[in-house]
Amino acid sequence: MIVEVGHYALIVACLLSLIQGTFPLYGAVKKQGRLMSIAAPAAYGQLFFALLSFSALMYAFVVSDFSVVNVARNSHTLKPMLYKISATWGNHEGSILFWALILALYGAMVAYFGRKLPKTLHVRVLSIQALVGLGFYLFLLLTSNPFERIYPFPMEGNGLNPLLQDPGLAFHPPLLYLGYVGLSVTFSFAVGALIEGRVDAAWARWVRPWTLLAWCFLTAGITLGSWWAYYELGWGGWWFWDPVENASFMPWLVATALLHSAIVVEKRDTLKAWTILLAIIAFSFSLLGTFIVRSGVLTSVHAFATDPERGVFILLFLFLVIGGSLLLFALRADKLQPGGLFAPISRESMLVINNLLLSVAAAVVMFGTLYPLIRDALTGDKITVGPPFFNMAFGFLMIPLILFMGIGPSASWKRADLMGIVSRLKFVFAAALVAGIAFFYIAGGSEIMAAVWLGLGIWLLLSTLFEWADRVKLFKPASLKRMSRQTRASVGMTLGHLGLAVAVIGMASTSYWDSEHQSIMSYGDQASIGGYDITFKNTDGIIGPNYSAVKATFDISKDGVTLDPLRPEARVYLSPPMPTTEAAILSTIMGDLFVVIGEANSKDYDEWAVRLYYKPLQIWLWGGAAIMVLGGFISLSDRRFRMGLSKRVKK
Amino acid sequence: MTTRAGKRKKKRLYLVLTSMTILVLAVGLVMTALEDSISLFLDPSDLAERDIPDGQRIRLGGLVVDGSFNKADDGLTYHFDITDGAETVSVIYKGALPDLFREGQGVVVEGETRNVGPFVATEVLAKHDENYMPKEVIESLKERGVYQETNEEENI
Repeated sequence: MIVEVGHYALIVACLLSLIQGTFPLYGAVKKQGRLMSIAAPAAYGQLFFALLSFSALMYAFVVSDFSVVNVARNSHTLKPMLYKISATWGNHEGSILFWALILALYGAMVAYFGRKLPKTLHVRVLSIQALVGLGFYLFLLLTSNPFERIYPFPMEGNGLNPLLQDPGLAFHPPLLYLGYVGLSVTFSFAVGALIEGRVDAAWARWVRPWTLLAWCFLTAGITLGSWWAYYELGWGGWWFWDPVENASFMPWLVATALLHSAIVVEKRDTLKAWTILLAIIAFSFSLLGTFIVRSGVLTSVHAFATDPERGVFILLFLFLVIGGSLLLFALRADKLQPGGLFAPISRESMLVINNLLLSVAAAVVMFGTLYPLIRDALTGDKITVGPPFFNMAFGFLMIPLILFMGIGPSASWKRADLMGIVSRLKFVFAAALVAGIAFFYIAGGSEIMAAVWLGLGIWLLLSTLFEWADRVKLFKPASLKRMSRQTRASVGMTLGHLGLAVAVIGMASTSYWDSEHQSIMSYGDQASIGGYDITFKNTDGIIGPNYSAVKATFDISKDGVTLDPLRPEARVYLSPPMPTTEAAILSTIMGDLFVVIGEANSKDYDEWAVRLYYKPLQIWLWGGAAIMVLGGFISLSDRRFRMGLSKRVKK
Repeated sequence: MTTRAGKRKKKRLYLVLTSMTILVLAVGLVMTALEDSISLFLDPSDLAERDIPDGQRIRLGGLVVDGSFNKADDGLTYHFDITDGAETVSVIYKGALPDLFREGQGVVVEGETRNVGPFVATEVLAKHDENYMPKEVIESLKERGVYQETNEEENI
């Protein structure tokens, strides 16, 4: 019964989005206030029914209603409650419904917070948002109904891949989706502005917080996914250039570019057409990412053939949204009045370089991700593009990006004094260079790239701090007052750049200087890695809610000081039957000690395969990402971005 | 021509030049990087039939033959056979096996081709999604006509 309510609610939400996407749009053209005033209430209604629908599906998962195909396929009575709930969005149908729900949520937020927007723009943005939603509702109802029933129904469900039964992964998709879908708002604003034919500083001020919000969630979501892979997959890898990861990384790159170009539109009233284009591309990437991952085309072109209905729908939808908005862009872009001029050496130019490098990087990632698909379609060869491709092509683009990142914030708008910047930053640059060379020798004169990346990280760290110190005139009278007077947006920028610097240092160190030690250990055996002494003490059998496991105990000491023992587990889940390893990790600011227990080597169960890893500065990577997100949220709280504030706030 | 329009043209020229430079650089990078990091997916029959030059990076996929798995004395080197129903290839691998590795299950191994001896894998891959069998392996088995819908895949 509740399941049917969910199904009906989905249909009602679909109809509401149709109404919201058509009548107000027509009303905005004809300047009919009544038609336009439908938009906001329709957005609230759509959110209500989408929420009702999603709640009904979640209810079916919570009570394990196996008469619903989706639940039977993806849940199990023995599963802990958290994972029954997270299973709601852990499958194709549920995740698309979740997308539609967040789309409706953002729509309602725009309806509420955007009340002070010019009426026609507000209405147009809401209509575009609804039209995108309509596509998702139709996709659900026509090809991927999450509420489908079966009879006779099974007594027990299939269960969920145990690897996915993890708190990190339970919250990874919602964060990522909040990011993906957040870009829909920027997209709707861009298309709305194209229809209006007007983009100005005020428009940029409305768009930036939404981009920022989406960017924060995307950053957090990607980091959480990477962290999950790190501790759950059992060998400490944190980025694989897997299509699924790339699908979330491409919109992030474009959103980062958009974040910066919107600043230029706001402050200098220029780069408008480019910013609009980025907004369209960013959302296109998140659509492409979602569908490509969800439909499984990436692993094989033939996935379309197994479910042609979905495939054709997806292609048509992508074509309409991406093609339609790009066509509109082509027709209307020249209507956007170009604004302020700037010299080749200026803050604007720095931001343009940032944008170019980031967009090319996104294109490179896209090429590497889609190339196997193209090759398969053309020649039938099944190939994989490996991490070396991405590391090289992407890495090389990041080197100039980080170099310019150190300079950019010091450059002034319109025309910057290159010599002045160089003379101010030359000591910082020299310090980074010396640090890079020093690390190169400390590490035994190998791994030149590690030294390059560390040097870059240190350069970014120091130059960002230097620029901040310069801005607040540190150590001069009244510097504390100046510190507190900094706008939150500029504090956010400083933190965002610092976060990246910290993350880059962590990445360089853990990628090039990690060590591993694999061996068969008996009880009482000792090993040492990364300055730690590890003694294999014993193993215990334990029973969890839906798994049984071997839990090993390792005594750890460093420089003669005994630390808390580490207890990695080797689990075997019951349904589906599948072994997983739960690594035990000792994190410190200097590095992570990572212990994994494999399988027994002897029939007596006293010899085990043990893998030890030491990952220097690993935690810097997560810490850096956290600082970036923090910077984003602080910037978001800047009063200039608060909706409903009068149009022109003097900066 | 007014100076403002002139400046705008100049600005556009800089922009175009910068983007072209970056683009050319990027395309060059992409092409060189791509050459070295592509690996071709093959099943044991492909490996037998097709003329693959030595030292080519490939991914070999199939089912781990029941009873073929054994460990060397050091406890860390593994031997097993991979089959697609028609042809079988012996594989040697030293390192950590993924959690999902089992006899009778689909597997993808990566390594370089050699014309003598068993295939030396440098990596054994496990997909970390909700499917238990690598997609390429399912397809290759279907093609060879030995694929069976197991109840693990779909029991409803």
